[in-house]
Amino acid sequence: MRHPAPPAATGAYEDDLALLVTGRPRPGRWIAVLAAAFAAVWLAWTVIVNPNLHWDIVAKYQFDGVILEGLWVTVQLTLISQVVGIVIGVVVAVMQLSDSPVLRTTAGAYTWFFRGTPLLVQLIFWFNLALLFPEISIGIPFDGPKLVSWQSNTLITGFVAALLGLSINEGAYMSEIVRAGIQSVDPGQREAGASLGMSNLRILTRVVLPQAMRVIIPPFGNQFISMLKTTSLVSVIAGADLMTVSQHLYLANFEVIALLIVASIWYLVLTTIASIAQHAVERRFNPAAAPPPLYRRVLGNLRPGRGPKKPAAAKQAARQPEKSVEKSTKSAKSAKGETR
Amino acid sequence: MSTTLSKPPTDEVILSARGVRKRFGELEVLCGIDLEVRAGEVLCVIGPSGSGKSTLLRCFNHLEKIDAGRIEVNGELVGYEPYGSAGRLRERRPRDIRHQRERIGMVFQRFHLFPHRTALQNVMEGPTVVKRRPRGEVESRARELLDRVGLADRADHYPAQLSGGQQQRVAIARALAMDPTLMLFDEPTSALDPELVGEVLGVMRDLARSGMTMVVVTHEMGFAREVADRVVFMDRGAVVEAGSPADVFTAPRHDRTRAFLSTVL
Repeated sequence: MRHPAPPAATGAYEDDLALLVTGRPRPGRWIAVLAAAFAAVWLAWTVIVNPNLHWDIVAKYQFDGVILEGLWVTVQLTLISQVVGIVIGVVVAVMQLSDSPVLRTTAGAYTWFFRGTPLLVQLIFWFNLALLFPEISIGIPFDGPKLVSWQSNTLITGFVAALLGLSINEGAYMSEIVRAGIQSVDPGQREAGASLGMSNLRILTRVVLPQAMRVIIPPFGNQFISMLKTTSLVSVIAGADLMTVSQHLYLANFEVIALLIVASIWYLVLTTIASIAQHAVERRFNPAAAPPPLYRRVLGNLRPGRGPKKPAAAKQAARQPEKSVEKSTKSAKSAKGETR
Repeated sequence: MSTTLSKPPTDEVILSARGVRKRFGELEVLCGIDLEVRAGEVLCVIGPSGSGKSTLLRCFNHLEKIDAGRIEVNGELVGYEPYGSAGRLRERRPRDIRHQRERIGMVFQRFHLFPHRTALQNVMEGPTVVKRRPRGEVESRARELLDRVGLADRADHYPAQLSGGQQQRVAIARALAMDPTLMLFDEPTSALDPELVGEVLGVMRDLARSGMTMVVVTHEMGFAREVADRVVFMDRGAVVEAGSPADVFTAPRHDRTRAFLSTVL
């Protein structure tokens, strides 16, 4: 206690360790890399030189105006239904955790129904809503006078039906994710907020949700990427998305594989952007737990002995000197006290 | 060094509990508690774990509901209001309960600082969000409070970057920022490494000397003996013995008090 180690020593010590200890070589990994590379090249070669695969058609349609319009619809559908899904998800999650049995049951029924029936069925149902309710109106319930009314067929276009189906379904999944996030926050946090006189809403928005984000973000990223591709289901209700327009094109020119490749390339572009964004957001909310960048993981696996360096360890090491300084001043203080 | 330095307690009753009962299912955890704390007084509650000390403390700001009896802080029934005839009570509106809690500071065993906010932001949270005071004014007061608990240089640190003792001192500053008339401490040093206990008790001692009314549930007998104006010994949900520290620690009248003290002193 009286003789704290000089702070500089920790750094020097680590360097010494690095000099002394070398990891064992990993020949197995290198063999695996070569085998995998060979398989990948061979597979790519069989596809690329395949005369049945019309790359010129792929190139022709990749940036075609019709395809790009479909791509834009896909992006719109994904973003809007994901945002609406989050809003529904938060509301339903809070309902599920409320004291009121009415709210809990309502929320439970919602999740049960919309998670329990296929999305495809829901999409077709919304698109055909007119069969059940030919007219949609606002007014007094039970056949009272109506204020406004619309024909269902004009109101529910393919796009609107797609949005309804996707958001309501997404809300059911998001509610479970948000609920798990909220429940992961220490109940003491709510009590701390309550003891300051905060209302339940304030506690939720200022204390609980910001902390729940750490748990919510990774599965949310999953949901978002999944949503990008799930939008292709709306092709059954003429949703005019990327998949629908690709289908329309290949039904006319019979270039099925080529147009599926065009669509797939765009889906891959979208999901790649989304995963990069996901990792950035994860790092923002929880620097310690986010996976390190891909190139670092690959290098870390191939270099002898060492795993990929974790950002958490680096962070702690950076904080180390400060702590030891603090400790040394403290022990100096206690030493003073003792001499007195 | 002793209680003589503290502001002498006045006659004004800040906290009074009468016949407070509370049960968790079959188990009666509080079986009729009577207590009174006057302005400027420091009351330490001691007793074995499971004796209901913490539950009682949590009833004082209505974090726990009670089944019978009444608790008054600043002359106002906490959490309940008279309803109907024959002294019946019902729970107050949530907004009224919040207003009552604003004036009762609470410090938890496990700190419960908001981990996503810095020390300064933690201290500012109550006044800015609940009382809607202007930021500038709140910030200078928050810095004053951090200085008072010896952490002026840690204002921009996040709780994870602070030691347990520092976190607890920030938590005390956070509670003080609401200008409470009563401070409740729920085993404030029980989650700390032994070498960090002293700094937290030091801050609490200064607070006691400044005349703050405090109820402290604690296992720190040295602190209770030195700082408390009165000590209450609880066992199995009841107050077994109450009196000045000198009485309770040096001349306990009950066997159970003696047995407890012999295990902890």
